[in-house]
Amino acid sequence: MGFVQIIFWLLAVGTIVTSALVVLPPGGRNPLYGALLLIVSFFFISGLYVLLFAHTMAILQILVYAGAIMVLFTFVIMLLNLSKKELGDETKTLAKGLGIVAVVAIGTKLIVMLQGQTLNLTAKPIPEGFGGVDAIADLLFHNYLVPFELTGLLLLVAVIGSVVLAKRTL
Amino acid sequence: MLPMLAEAAAAAPVVHAIPLQWFLIVSVTLFAVGSAGVLARRNALTVLMSVEIMLNAVNLAFLAFAREWGNMHGHVVTFFVIAVAAAEAAIGLALILGIFRHKKSVNLDEMNALKN
Amino acid sequence: MFLASETAHAAAHVQGLLGPTIGEAHPADLLAWVILLPLIGAFINGVFGKKLSRGTVTTIGVGSVLLAFAFAAYEVIRLAGLPDGDYLVVKGWTWFDTHELNVGFSFMLDHLSAVMVLVVTGVGTLIHVFSTAYMRADEGYAKFFSYLNLFMFSMLILILGKNLVVLFVGWEGVGLCSYLLIGFWYKDMEKAEAGQKAFIANRVGDLAFLVATFILLFYTHGSVDFMSEGGVQSAVTHLQAVPDGGGDMTLLVICVLFFVAACGKSAQIPLYVWLPDAMAGPTPVSALIHAATMVTAGVYMMARMNPLFVASPTAMTIIAVIGGTTALFAATIALVQNDIKKVLAYSTVSQIGFMVLAIGVGNFTGAIFHLMTHAFFKACLFLGSGSVIHALHHEQDIRQMGGLRKKLPITNITFFVSCLAIAGIPFFAGFFSKDEILFNALTNEISGGGPNLYAGITGFIAAACTAFYMFRLYYLTFGGTYRGDQHVYDHAHEEVAMTFPLAVLGILAALGGFVGIPHLIHDAHLLEAWLSPNFGWLSAEAGGPIHYSHDMLAEVITIVVSVAIGVAGMLIARGMYNRSAELLPVAPVQASWHRVLTHKYYVDEFYDFVLVRPLRAVAQFSYKVIDVGIIDGIFVRGSAITVGLIGKGLRQLQNGDVQAYVTVLVVGLATALLFAA
Repeated sequence: MGFVQIIFWLLAVGTIVTSALVVLPPGGRNPLYGALLLIVSFFFISGLYVLLFAHTMAILQILVYAGAIMVLFTFVIMLLNLSKKELGDETKTLAKGLGIVAVVAIGTKLIVMLQGQTLNLTAKPIPEGFGGVDAIADLLFHNYLVPFELTGLLLLVAVIGSVVLAKRTL
Repeated sequence: MLPMLAEAAAAAPVVHAIPLQWFLIVSVTLFAVGSAGVLARRNALTVLMSVEIMLNAVNLAFLAFAREWGNMHGHVVTFFVIAVAAAEAAIGLALILGIFRHKKSVNLDEMNALKN
Repeated sequence: MFLASETAHAAAHVQGLLGPTIGEAHPADLLAWVILLPLIGAFINGVFGKKLSRGTVTTIGVGSVLLAFAFAAYEVIRLAGLPDGDYLVVKGWTWFDTHELNVGFSFMLDHLSAVMVLVVTGVGTLIHVFSTAYMRADEGYAKFFSYLNLFMFSMLILILGKNLVVLFVGWEGVGLCSYLLIGFWYKDMEKAEAGQKAFIANRVGDLAFLVATFILLFYTHGSVDFMSEGGVQSAVTHLQAVPDGGGDMTLLVICVLFFVAACGKSAQIPLYVWLPDAMAGPTPVSALIHAATMVTAGVYMMARMNPLFVASPTAMTIIAVIGGTTALFAATIALVQNDIKKVLAYSTVSQIGFMVLAIGVGNFTGAIFHLMTHAFFKACLFLGSGSVIHALHHEQDIRQMGGLRKKLPITNITFFVSCLAIAGIPFFAGFFSKDEILFNALTNEISGGGPNLYAGITGFIAAACTAFYMFRLYYLTFGGTYRGDQHVYDHAHEEVAMTFPLAVLGILAALGGFVGIPHLIHDAHLLEAWLSPNFGWLSAEAGGPIHYSHDMLAEVITIVVSVAIGVAGMLIARGMYNRSAELLPVAPVQASWHRVLTHKYYVDEFYDFVLVRPLRAVAQFSYKVIDVGIIDGIFVRGSAITVGLIGKGLRQLQNGDVQAYVTVLVVGLATALLFAA
């Protein structure tokens, strides 16, 4: 097992474990713990991105996802300041059990599928500057210009929307 | 490390150190974890965070395939996913704030006004 | 067969065919108006009647029929100028034209329909005039005239129709109008039920008519026309041509079915039960429909299709037997009735029995002759009774009458004249027609068979009863002293609008018979000469199947016997009933024969038991079990309840929990994935 593989395994396990902890109790019990654990998970994922030669995305993941979105999450959680009573109890219902079973089943199935086949794909060579900002910018502003602009619009709408929705009185 | 790897890759038939399957397995597992959270958790905030987990799993998959095909289109998609996730998180949280103000709770089991 | 082919073509061809003489067709414009005028009158009075003034309604109602009579008279005069066998035609439109059958909505006026149309429109007009006074107080005045005109329209379609289908249209129409008019005062349940009874009894006849027509269609060649090649005539020839009498059974069946239809319309046994109940309608209705016109429709239909009936001697025998039996049967019932209109109703049934009897023995001219004279005197009798009823404020029981001859002079004299006519006293109208029938009944021989003595004998006995009960009626009403409420008597008076028609009809009843002077006086039977194109072919001299006797001695004997019977009946009745109130004989109500007659031989009770009750039970069952229970309960409400239950079940899924919805989605995805790949 080479160096890279070991790093990969460490990062992968870390990601999955921390994500699981977000969903399961401690993270589930108190959303603040969940948010913090999620941030850690994002860091691990960012590491995985680096292994994939996606440097720009790794940085963006930390900057935007962990740095902005999760910070927002944390703000709101703290703003809500849920007490133990407000957090309430987890109810166990048939629907939930069924849901989990289904999800596990799908996951297992897919993994088995992936294991089984050798995914007859021949990898293409990685060009110069792969994963760099220039490369992304090139694609973004040439091929994906319209979605880019629309995304800008989307963010505008999101900003306005969240301001309106969160007002004390509409 | 990167240029090293890149040169080595260009010389021979491209075989990456970490096969595609492994990344995809991680992606699937993350997605499953996220889905379980969405379906089974009662706290609205936890559900939103589970959604973020799912989105990340998807990003991982896109980037893995981007490396496989050797082009950057997967990166661009991931870029947009992050942007959209940001917007969605913002709106979702605003909604939760509004609901909390009204119902004094973020418990999804209590939010059945659409019943019948 | 298209109407266009009817002209010299038909004439030449038909000479070879043994049947009525059919000559050329001539177009007649006014004839269409004869039919349309009553329709227009009915429409105007029916739709706008409430808004128009009484005077306008009267003018339209009476005027339309009067004009129709005038036009009809004009056309008949024109017809008289044409050679024998020619007829007038109104070519209507082609109703339906299929490969096998061509029916046009056309009308014709030949010698037979001429007699009918003059009687119908003439007597009809007089009755319309009478109604203006009789129905004056009724709030449904306009509706009444509308219905009367509608009836005239239907009757005219019937008698002027050129083929069986058009005749049937009129046939149904008069049935409908009869129902409408009998149940005119529909708010009284009994009267409404009488109307219903009439319609249903008629319906049975209509069914027979249709079935007969359908069977006939198998043997016609393209039409059911009376005058054309492929019509009714050809069917008869076709069936007669079948070797070894193979077509005889079919002919018999067709004839019997048509006769059943005639029984329904003309109130013969077994379908006569509606006529006495029909007296619930206003008296002008009884006079017009149930004396002079509608009830004669059956007789007309049989006379029109005489080649068909004559071709089946068995059918003729059946017809004669039933005619004679009905005549006697109804006459006996009339002996004990106490309602003035009921006596006249049974008298009508009896007299039509005479007409049917005449047809059954092959004396078609006599049947039509009696139809005509009967229209005169019976209408006069009914209108007279109407005058009495009106004068006595709707009193109809003759036990409450008497001594009216001074109070209602014109009614009295016309009633008396009509009674003389119906009893067969010489030389009033009924004398000539009734004697002709009786003579023919005793002497005619159809296709070699013997004379129908049963018909003759029942005819004589019925004639005896007729004379008796009619004069009983007369003397109880007009003779002796008054037995009812004095107050009513003091106010009794006649009306001009009533006496004028009575006078006209009285004169006709007195003199109308002179068109049919018996053969004792050579060539004096004008009616017979007039109807020779229709019936002349029947006699053995012309090559036809009926042997008419020319035995002068037999005729004289018949006349003497029938006159004797008539006079005897009249004198006995006079002796018994022309007395003051205290001296009147008491009816033997305890005697069993009296009870049977009063209850009309319990026929109505029999029908009720055998027909009405089972039908009611079936209807109840259909309603309660099938309609309400099964169709409504199981299918209609059941399907609604089922859908509701399913909905209730499915509604459980909508619990407002978003996570549950997503769970369902994921579970579905898992299932698909697991089973697909």
